[in-house]
Amino acid sequence: MSVVTLTIDEKIVSAQEGQTLLDVARENAIDIPTLCHLDGVSEAAACRLCLVEVVGTSRLLPACVTRAAEGMVVHTTTPKLVEYRRMILELFFTERNHVCSVCVANSACELQALAASQGMIHVRLDYLHPHLPVDTSHQQFGIDHNRCILCTRCVRACDEIEGAHTWDVAGRGIHSRVITDLAQPWGEATSCTSCGKCVQACPTGALFRQGSTVAEMQKDREQLAFLVRARKEKQWIS
Amino acid sequence: MDKLKFATVWLGGCSGCHMSFLDLDEWLIELADRVELVYSPLMDAKKFPEDVDVVLVEGAVANQENEEMAHRLRKASRYVIAFGDCAVTGNVTALRNPLGLALEVLRPVYLENGDANPRLPDEKGIVPVLLDRVLPLHQVIPVDCYLPGCPPDAPRIRAVLQDLLDGKVPQLSVEQRYFG
Repeated sequence: MSVVTLTIDEKIVSAQEGQTLLDVARENAIDIPTLCHLDGVSEAAACRLCLVEVVGTSRLLPACVTRAAEGMVVHTTTPKLVEYRRMILELFFTERNHVCSVCVANSACELQALAASQGMIHVRLDYLHPHLPVDTSHQQFGIDHNRCILCTRCVRACDEIEGAHTWDVAGRGIHSRVITDLAQPWGEATSCTSCGKCVQACPTGALFRQGSTVAEMQKDREQLAFLVRARKEKQWIS
Repeated sequence: MDKLKFATVWLGGCSGCHMSFLDLDEWLIELADRVELVYSPLMDAKKFPEDVDVVLVEGAVANQENEEMAHRLRKASRYVIAFGDCAVTGNVTALRNPLGLALEVLRPVYLENGDANPRLPDEKGIVPVLLDRVLPLHQVIPVDCYLPGCPPDAPRIRAVLQDLLDGKVPQLSVEQRYFG
């Protein structure tokens, strides 16, 4: 495989041809924020937080699915990107009911952490405050749609690592929801193996272990990447 | 130097932010040397003064009384700080918003599950009328500074107040910006 040379934030870096910009940036300790990316599963490019500017392209490109190419000049933190990322986070916070102080994932939530790191100190848009259900029909786990950001990490972890494909997305636009089997209650979804990978994959408190109260739902998201590495590369040490 | 005229206000919140303010412990003594407390639920002042330098506002805007107070304090204050998650986002106070407008929230509580003589709490001039939607402070009045947290811990409060006392624009670190 050939090696390409490109520039990310004024830094000259080399990459394998075909490597994503996100991958290259992280290898070189350049931080690009992400939410729908999860090590070990395929990319969805759903959250748009990893958008970067590539010189010569008028569109902003998601770093997670843009391949590194020879001579590329990439900027990851221009004022425009900083403002757009903040706006994306504000849209997440207004679209559902994210109330950190009463959330199971308080202090273990990637959305909460990003709001702090990206400087989203308040939300300038109107909150929609939709009325959304919580499904606790599964014996061990629950889904609170109020906290779901539709990143589809649960869908990909369930399909690609567990091989069950219990989760999917139904509906369009603002009416989209993650569903189990044919939009049945989770407890009646017969394809579910109760492995709990979706719960670990979830960046927020949308998927949780039952019985956990505020700030109790710690997540081990690296476990999924470990499983994938163990299977593919036969490396059993994390 | 004249002391800063300092106030704290309690709108639709649980008073937890004010409790956290008291967690400043001995630094409060230092603060008392630098500011003059002119209005607060922690002291006996009936009316919000005409001329205030800095005001910490706890709580969301949930009823007409909160709304009037927000406008009054904005008019009389140079620097308004949204103090805690309820003021910044609506937080717990706004948990009623997904359930519907004011009457849709009041009806099941006071009428459908009321006891012998069910009625809505509508004593004019005594019980403030609920707004249909609970709002964060900045959707009612312009806000100069946001101090998140439920409650914001004492070091965060101190960081903001210390910057103001030093004549600087308050800067919170990433760790101090977390909601919840």
